Amino acid sequence: MDEIRVVAPTGACGSGFLESSLETALSWSPHFIGCDAGSTDPGPAYLGTGKPAFPREAVKRDVRLMLKGARRLKIPLLIGSANTAGGDVHLAGLVSIVREIAAEEKLSFRMAIIHAEQGKDYLKKRLREGRIKPLHPAPEFNEGVIERSACTVGMMGAEPFINALQAGAEVVIAGRSSDTAIFASVPVMHGFPEGLAWHAGKVLECGAAAVVNRKTGDCMFAWIRKDHFVLEAPDPELQCTPQSVASHSLYENADPFKLIECSGTLDLTNSVYEQIRERAVKVSGSEFIPAERYTVKLEGAEKVGYQSIIIGSIRDPFFIRQIDDWTERLLVRCHARVKQVYGDRMKPEDYFINIRIYGKNGTMGPLEPVKESLAHELCLIIEVTAPSQDEASSIAGIVRHQGLHLPIPEWSGLITALACPYNPAHLDRGPIYRFNVNHVLEPDDPLEMFPMEMVTVDESSQSKATDKVPA
Amino acid sequence: MTKLANLARLIRSKNAGPFVLTFDVMFEDEARYQRVKNSGALTREVVADRYGLPAKDVLFFYCDHARAVKASIPRPYFQGDVRDSDGHGGQQYVPLMDIEIP
Repeated sequence: MDEIRVVAPTGACGSGFLESSLETALSWSPHFIGCDAGSTDPGPAYLGTGKPAFPREAVKRDVRLMLKGARRLKIPLLIGSANTAGGDVHLAGLVSIVREIAAEEKLSFRMAIIHAEQGKDYLKKRLREGRIKPLHPAPEFNEGVIERSACTVGMMGAEPFINALQAGAEVVIAGRSSDTAIFASVPVMHGFPEGLAWHAGKVLECGAAAVVNRKTGDCMFAWIRKDHFVLEAPDPELQCTPQSVASHSLYENADPFKLIECSGTLDLTNSVYEQIRERAVKVSGSEFIPAERYTVKLEGAEKVGYQSIIIGSIRDPFFIRQIDDWTERLLVRCHARVKQVYGDRMKPEDYFINIRIYGKNGTMGPLEPVKESLAHELCLIIEVTAPSQDEASSIAGIVRHQGLHLPIPEWSGLITALACPYNPAHLDRGPIYRFNVNHVLEPDDPLEMFPMEMVTVDESSQSKATDKVPA
Repeated sequence: MTKLANLARLIRSKNAGPFVLTFDVMFEDEARYQRVKNSGALTREVVADRYGLPAKDVLFFYCDHARAVKASIPRPYFQGDVRDSDGHGGQQYVPLMDIEIP
């Protein structure tokens, strides 16, 4: 085998791509199709609630085209980070989509389902052994956090994908995965240089994002060879240049030259980028430095509480010029009223009132360099976070009433300070979540955290487990 | 003298995971990139100052292939924290725009 050809139909499964681009890519005879379906970028709520960030119908459209293409060419389809966050609920959601499509399109294949959600007992055991270590910056991580966590996943490397392919999988649907590992797995399995395999994967995981003139989410194609790889987007209107490809390693990375994976570090310090055709770029010189210790990054989310918010605006310049003082007085009034209503049943540490002032520093908060607002109107978003939705909603009712009528010295008599566009004035947001871990775990084995099921999906979608491969 | 925003083709901020905020300052051509790189006006210390951080907390890179300057800082609040105001970190680059470049 002198090259591995691969297409990434899109940078995010469910964000779309042109069907014509995928058809062009398939005519270039790829050895496999890979797709990243997840990210932390949409926020902790997806990991916490089990919901995907993209609509089910949008994901199904993308997966249908990929699956039909893969089965037509009899090549593997690898999808990692199922339904955004890659926990067990997310994984089951994507697997159900694949099964529906198989039934509708009368497709049969062997499918590996790789889990990435981590059990609390396992995490506690590894924590006690000192094998969970913080990255920087990291929140406090202890057994209490593990217990509270709604969902904790490990980000798998290339090995679970390779294991699935070697076990005969034609479709691999995986929980949380390193975006890059989805694509590096096949060339690494066939012995191609890891620096090139991982670097190509890094570009592919975002689909056509590494082009000069991005129009929408679309396909990227790579030819990975022994001493270089080539990138070209199938859409004839899209162009890769050395700068556009080099720039891509900046995106959403803290360090643009050193990218840390489970099994080592991709080092782009000596990468060379050359324009070899009008729309294609050749990359060489990328290196992979094996890690002394295999590590798996953890992601977790826990429920913070329930939230209700009030949106209200202020137009009166007398209020605007003393807005900080006014909001401070409002908080004092609200806390006093909550104490009056709830007594000891609601302590100050049980709930949190946050006031955002748009038109002043709503976007940047403490980082805002402009200290004096010139705005002629301000928008306030007042958030109440409390242990239950009922309590958050009730306290928001208190805040609304206190906020409406909190006076300023310039006016005497009963005023109404906030213009509320919605009725009821407060909106219940339901449970809210936060990320609770930025650590790596040192497993004994790269497969230990990622158990695989192998199932046969037949035309009637009556898939049955053929064997369960223990981790 | 001109402002950085007048020389860059793109200044952006973004999450680099939930705990880190990263900034990319990208240039259309080599001349403008080299002008900024060699000016001494866009450095780790300048970025640290704009975001009220000690210089040691700022990762800072010149990326010649990409014709870009890059910096990364710890997020003031973690993504999704009750005090976080920018879940994707996309509007935090503004303090870099008016850095004066000789």
